[in-house]
Formats: sequence, C-alpha cells, structure tokens
Amino acid sequence: MKEMTDRNIRFGVVVFPGSNCDHDAHHAAGALLGQSAEFLWHKDHDLKNSDVIILPGGFSFGDYLRSGAIARFSPIMKEVIRFAQDGGVVIGICNGFQVLVEAGLLPGALIRNSSLRFVCRFVHLRVENGATRLTNRCKQGEVLTIPVAHGEGNYRTDPETHRRLEENGQILFRYCDKQGRTTPEANPNGSLDNIAGIMNEEGNVFGMMPHPERACDPLLRYTDGRKIFESIINSFVRPATEPELVSIHNGGR
Amino acid sequence: MTVPVKTPEPDVDFDLALKHGLTREEYDRVVSILGRTPTYTELGIFSVMWSEHCSYKNSIAVLKTLPREGSRLLVGAGEENAGLVDVGGGFAVAFKIESHNHPSAVEPYQGAATGVGGIMRDIFTMGARPIAALNSLRFGSLDNERTKFLLRGVVKGIGDYGNSFGVPTVAGEVCFEPCYQENPLVNAMAVGIVKHGRWASAIAKGAGNPVMIVGSSTGRDGIHGATFASEEISEESEAKRPSVQVGDPFTEKLLLEATLEAIRSGFLVGIQDMGAAGLTCSSTEMSAKGKSGMRINLDRVPARETGMSAYELMLSESQERMLVVVKKGHEEEVREIFAKWDLHAEIIGVVTDEPRVVVEYEGSVVADVPAEPLVLGGGAPVYIREAIRPEYLNEVEAFDPAGVPEAGDLNSVLLRLLGTPNIASKRWVYEQYDHMVRTNNLVLAEGDAGVILIKGTNKALAMKTDCNGRYVYLSPHTGGMSAVAEAARNVVCTGALPIAVTNCLNFGNPYDPEIYWQFREAVRGMGDACRALDTPVTGGNVSFYNGSPTATVYPTPVIGMLGLVEDLAHVTTVPFRHEGDAVVLLGPPGSGHIGGSEYLATIHEIVSGTAPPIDINREKAVQGACLDAIRDGIVQSAHDVSDGGLAVAVAECCFVGPDSSFGVTADLPDESLRPDRALFGEDQSRIIVSVAPSGVEQLRKICETRDVSFKVLGKVTRDDRIRIGGRIDVGVEEAKQAYYSGLEEYLSE
Repeated sequence: MKEMTDRNIRFGVVVFPGSNCDHDAHHAAGALLGQSAEFLWHKDHDLKNSDVIILPGGFSFGDYLRSGAIARFSPIMKEVIRFAQDGGVVIGICNGFQVLVEAGLLPGALIRNSSLRFVCRFVHLRVENGATRLTNRCKQGEVLTIPVAHGEGNYRTDPETHRRLEENGQILFRYCDKQGRTTPEANPNGSLDNIAGIMNEEGNVFGMMPHPERACDPLLRYTDGRKIFESIINSFVRPATEPELVSIHNGGR
Repeated sequence: MTVPVKTPEPDVDFDLALKHGLTREEYDRVVSILGRTPTYTELGIFSVMWSEHCSYKNSIAVLKTLPREGSRLLVGAGEENAGLVDVGGGFAVAFKIESHNHPSAVEPYQGAATGVGGIMRDIFTMGARPIAALNSLRFGSLDNERTKFLLRGVVKGIGDYGNSFGVPTVAGEVCFEPCYQENPLVNAMAVGIVKHGRWASAIAKGAGNPVMIVGSSTGRDGIHGATFASEEISEESEAKRPSVQVGDPFTEKLLLEATLEAIRSGFLVGIQDMGAAGLTCSSTEMSAKGKSGMRINLDRVPARETGMSAYELMLSESQERMLVVVKKGHEEEVREIFAKWDLHAEIIGVVTDEPRVVVEYEGSVVADVPAEPLVLGGGAPVYIREAIRPEYLNEVEAFDPAGVPEAGDLNSVLLRLLGTPNIASKRWVYEQYDHMVRTNNLVLAEGDAGVILIKGTNKALAMKTDCNGRYVYLSPHTGGMSAVAEAARNVVCTGALPIAVTNCLNFGNPYDPEIYWQFREAVRGMGDACRALDTPVTGGNVSFYNGSPTATVYPTPVIGMLGLVEDLAHVTTVPFRHEGDAVVLLGPPGSGHIGGSEYLATIHEIVSGTAPPIDINREKAVQGACLDAIRDGIVQSAHDVSDGGLAVAVAECCFVGPDSSFGVTADLPDESLRPDRALFGEDQSRIIVSVAPSGVEQLRKICETRDVSFKVLGKVTRDDRIRIGGRIDVGVEEAKQAYYSGLEEYLSE
C-alpha cells in the first residue's frame, strides 16, 4: 500500500458521456480540497497515475436501458476494475455508485425510488462505520447533512448479502433524521434498511447515493462533504494514531 | 426488406396554401416573390417561416416599442438566439425565455422536456455554457384530474430533461387558474455564461465555406410544430400530437460539450440551433443575417428513417441538431470534435454569394428561395391588428371592494391562503428538479429569486420569472408594469441590481380585437416599467392562440429578470435570522387594495376589481432603498410583499427554509384600514426586511434619502407565534404545515 505524507493526492474523475457531476467532483477535490484532480475520458485506458478514482454523478449514456448499465462497458472501466482489484481506492457517487454495482464491484442493485419521482434535497446521514478510508474523519454515529439527487437510488440486496454487509461493517451511511434516527420518513428513496452508502469487503471500493462534492464549498453553507474527502486524503497519510486503518488497508476485516 | 414509402407530394394551389395557414394575400406574395407557383417544399418553407411562431407578424410592430438599448447589452434584441449582457469581470450572460404551451397541452411530458431542450440550445449555440434553468407554469384548477395529469407530466418532463442535461433548475413559478384548463402555459428560461470575445453568431458568410448539420439525425417528428403553435387548442389538437417533438437530453448533453468545444476551436464561422421550422429556419435566417446564401443537398442529411421527402426533411423539428458554417479547410477538425462525442457532423452544403437558399434532393432542385423575404426583420409580413378595449373591463372596474364582507376569523383566512396552491410551497415541484448540480446555487429555495455563483469571481447572478396574469387581465397596462416591477423587486430582495429582461408573452388569438388590445396595453405597461427601472428587453418569445373554444387564457406576459449581485456578501434570503431583529416595511403602508388579490379569489371566489395601482418611480425608490441597505450590510432578511399581501409575506419570513423557525409580533402599517384589507391587500412596491435593532436608524436614513416610506412593524421573536395587528395569532408550526402541505395534499397518490 502506498505511503505518502507531503504530496497532493491525485484524484482521477472519470467522464462518461452524460456525466454531469464530473466538474463538481473535480472542483471539490481540486480547488476546494487543494488536491490534484484530472479528468479521465471514458474511451481512454490511462488512469494518469491517479491515487483515487471517482466515478461521478450524472446520467452516463443517458441512463438508457438501466442506470450505469452501459457505462460499465466503457474502455476505461477495464482499467478501473483492474485498479480496484489491485486495492486502489474507487468511489462511485450517485450514478457512479450505479456503475459500480453494474460492474460487479459492489453488491446489490439500485432501483427506482419508491415515490417513483426524482428527488433532490438535503438529507441526513448517520455514519455507521467511522473507521474506513471514506469516513475516518467522521465519528461513528455522527449525523452528516449532504444532498441527494436521483431517480434510482433505492438500494436492494438479498438477505444473505444484507447480513454480510452488516456484519462486515460495509454499511457506511444510513438515511436518518436530524437526531440520527433511521425512520422511514427520513428515507428519500425507499432503500433497504435506509442504506445510503456501502463499501466492498476489502474496504477500497465505495458507493454512495448522496453527493459529498455538493457539500464542500463554504459559500454554499453546507460543508459536511469535506469530511468524506478529508477522510480519503487522510487515509493516504501513514497511519500513526489510527491503527485500525491498517487492517482495512490490508483487507483484513 | 421493406420498400420505403415515400410521402406523396400534392400539387400546390391556393387551397393547399390555406391549409398551410397562409392567407390569400400572403400566398399571392409568395407567388410574386418567386415569380411562379411555389413547389410543395417551398410552400412548406414559406408557411412555417411566415407562421406566427417564426415571423412574429402580429406582434413585432408592438414589440418594437419596448426599450431595447442599454450600456450592458452586447447584442440587440432579436439579433441572435438569445440576449447577451455584460456582467463585468470579462463575463457575459446569455439568457432567454420561450414558450412550449401547445405541445405541453397535448403531450405534457415531451412538450415540456423539449421546451427545456430548445431554450438550452438557444444559449449554448451562442457559445455560452448554461448554468441555470427557470420556468413559469400555469395550469387549470387542481380539483380537476386532467390538471394533475398535466402538472405531473410537465414537471417530470422538465425534470428528466434538465436533470440529465446537468443544469440546475433554480427558480420559477407555478400558478393555477381555471382559464388555463385547456391551454396550460409552459415557459422555460435558461441562463448561460460566456467569456468576452468567445461567443458565436448565427451567421452564414464567406462563399465556399461548408455548411454542416451536426447532432441527431433527422426524422419525421415535429413537422409543422411551428404552425401547430400558431393556432388555438381544439378537439383536433389531440390529432396533432405527432407535431410534438421527442427530446433526448443525453444527446443534447453531448451536443453541448461538442458545440462548446467546436466554438472554442475557432473553426466555426456561425452556428444556429434547429428549433422551430428546423433546417428551413436555420438555413434562411443564417443566410439572411450574413446577406449570403446556401446551396444544400438533402441527400446528405443523416435521416433516422427512410423515404423522407424534401418537404419533410426541411420542416422536421427533430431535436438536438445544429446547423454550422465551418471555415473552409477545417471540416475534418470539426468532424473529429463531434465524433469524439459520438455525434454526426455531415457536410450538407456550401455558403454562396447569391442571397438565396437552394435546396437539392435526389438530383433536382426542390426549392430555390430568396432568404431575406422569408425572415423576421426582412420580408416576412408585419401586421398591426385592430384593437378594441374589452367590454369586461367596465364591469371589473366598477367593482366595489366595500361590498365584500369581512371574513370573521382572519387566522383561518391566513392559513387557507398559505395553503392555497398559488401561494403554498412548490416543494413537490422543485424537489423533482436537480437544483444543486454544478454547485453554484447560493440560496436554494430560500430566496425571492434564484441566485447563482459566477465561479471564480465574487459575484452572482439573480434570476426570476414572474407575472400575475390576474392583474394583467383586470388592468392590462398596470399588470404589465407590475410583472416587470415584481420580478425586479424579487431580484433586489436577494441583493442584486436588476439589469435586463427577457419575456414570454402568452396571449389569446391576436385576430380578436379585444385580445390585441390586451396585448398592446400589457406591452406598453412592460415598456414603461422597463424604461423606469433601466432594465432593457433583450429578447424573448410571443405565444398567441392560447385558448380553447371554452376559454381564453389571462393575458400572461411572463418576465424573466436578470440581476447582478456585485459582492457575495450581499446575498440575502427570505427567512428571519435573529430573535429581536426589527421587522420593517419598506414602501407605502398600502391602501388595502384587494382588487385582483388572492384573498378575493380564494376566500370570496371573486376575480374582479382593478389590479393594484403602481407608481413606478416610487417602486424604483423602494428597490433602491432596499438595495442600499443590503449593500450597507444591515439587512438580515428581505421578502417582497405579493400574493396574499402583508400577512402572508410576514408569515413566510417565519418558516421558509429547513433550518430555522421564528415567531413575529407586528403591527399593521395602517390601523385605520379594515383589517382583512390591510392584512391581505396586495398593494405594490412593498418589501419586508428584518434588521438588527442597531441598524434601524441607518435604515431610516437610507429611506429618507430616497424619500421612501418606512415603518417598523414589530420584531422577530422566539415564541413560535405569528401575531399581526391584534387580528392574527397563529402558531408558526401550524402555518408552516399549511404552507408546505397545501400543494402536496392535492398530489399525494
């Protein structure tokens, strides 16, 4: 695993045709968090030495057929899958989450919101595992305020997978109310068990429906999304005070 | 393999021209321009170009009375696809509003979606990247099931297109009145930003330069959409559903990126989107603008179906296409840019010196027409129609508000008004729109207008659509002024200086003299207000024939106002922010004017009286005082007083937005008025602001300097009650509940 302390983390933001949160993710990682950010064109095979790959939100290939179903066949996805298999950090946000599920890098499926309507609003998220590369700057049980914007974010999986996700600490966030209660009213899309974000067993591939990149700029008042980016950046710093990260790096949970 | 069926081409005569919507006089003119009988394709070309939708033949003379000059304007009204305004810092803003009423009446989802697509193309064809979308929607009563069907379809159409395209929908209005039952109004606005010197023009010049068609292939959809938009909705309209185009936001997103890349490359001479009248309109308008011509070969147009005739290819309104004139020798580079985005870019012709558009198909010339006589501002017909003051105005002007019984329980009146769909929160609507993508929305749903950050600067753009159709119906001239004044007041309340206007004029049949009078008077009112407020008109759209056999819509001139926030510190929102702040009314105490009010319509079921009068100079002074105070940093919140009057405005300041909730204790500005009229009257030029107690004196001085009335009504409290003038005392939670559930109650499944 890479160890680094004093250089910028390189974020590679994949651009599929129809991606529309690519610039926002680039802006958050680059201009707002002060890291390096590069766009990665979907027809290319070059990950440009990225430390972290972001599959951004949007409507890749129009979301025709099924959200994320076509994007996973883009040339760059071959490289992304190899990168993930080698332990590289991959984050899918919204449509990116859908692509990761379609690509088999994350378990489960994302189906139409139970309201059958697109929903764009700020939601509250309870951090369910504060000891991951995506959440180490959050406290377990902390409530974050981050927006969602999607029509197909209703997370589903079979009971066995659900149980494993729970047992392995792979559930990262649940939709909750201001007080952290995971009520049905706080669930914007009908997701199973209020699940808003998950990771793979190895702890290097992450998917979440909410948009952390939309909550990074102090001008827009809400900044909880920074904690997600800061966690990722922090996870590349050689762990000293947070030994539990080592086990995740090694996939040893 | 099936043999393609070729659409047969009939012989052209006057009867056929009449079926195409041309008059005898117009047809004779076509024959005289050509010196012969037009071909079928030529008849199609003339009929769409001279349709109301493309030619503005019944409106242009009146539109020319609007103020269309100002130091910030970079292109004149109607010169390009959208207005272009200098906002300083090396940036210009392109913005425009357009109607898609008729398509939305018969096919709400696609009608509204393609409305968004069309207005976006108008922006990015100028080289500007769209950064915000707005809309203005009007439907019949929500008690009617068809209204719900239309509303759901329109909102989903706007959402699906805008969300996928990736531009936030940041502001708008949704109104419900029975007159829009058969003919809803769906107006879409877009705002884009471009660096100075980087914008493109819709021009064809330079003989020998190739003409390319880029984007989607061409099909039989949307043929005669422009003509369909130029007649009233009727029983037969359902049959015209095939005139409605079908949108593909994914392709539009690709077209956006490819177009901006192509413009940046410097290889383009001119570019125009294909909206109404498709290839016909773009080829003739670009030619006329460049005083040149084109020779086009339709065999080269990528078609999505076989057997299309020349007539169909020229009139198709297939979406997501552009016509591009490329610098000779750079065809390959341009083709590569579009190929990168998986889009067609085919050379279909060449620019010529002779100012004619010559169209060839399958080895013969199917049309050979001069460009200039076809286009608006060239030789297209211009009519000034007969105008007669409508009879009904005598009746409404004779209305005596003293005869309206005073409602007993004013608390329940306030709650009912907060929950009436016209006033209630439009959360059900705007949550279906991605209003946060591009991370530039500074106020979300908490401002009187949308406020969008210009990234990389300390400035923002404020924007709002507005019109009170009831006011315009009751007093066309005053109502026209009020539409402009209120839109301007809205952007002022967010901390912006109003700088320019686009407009979408939705009216009935212009051949009805009473309607034409409404149109003329409303435009005169708009012009008066735009001149006084120094907000020139940069362009827009006219939609006539909004009506059905049973009803004509209220005259509805929707204003799209653009404002500039000079410093992000000035951005101001509606909700109160601190306990103990003074609640101040800027502007006149009002006369308790209930004519045309929501109170009269909802509680007493009367639409009558005159619209609230407006003194535009006083309006300007009030807006100036509010903006001065905001820029001085003393204003904590600002909200304009409009539908529902003072009581509704003060109540909204208590609970709008997710974060906070405050109470208020306030006096009425004029204790001598009948309480219901003082609370719910809709007198104009009024703004509710809250300021820290230490800022009250400074605010008073600003108002004195501007000669603006000023009155401290009361203060912001923490006791969860809304108390006004001893007559209103309701819980904040109860009021909030009424406001947020009013619309949703109708629409929950």
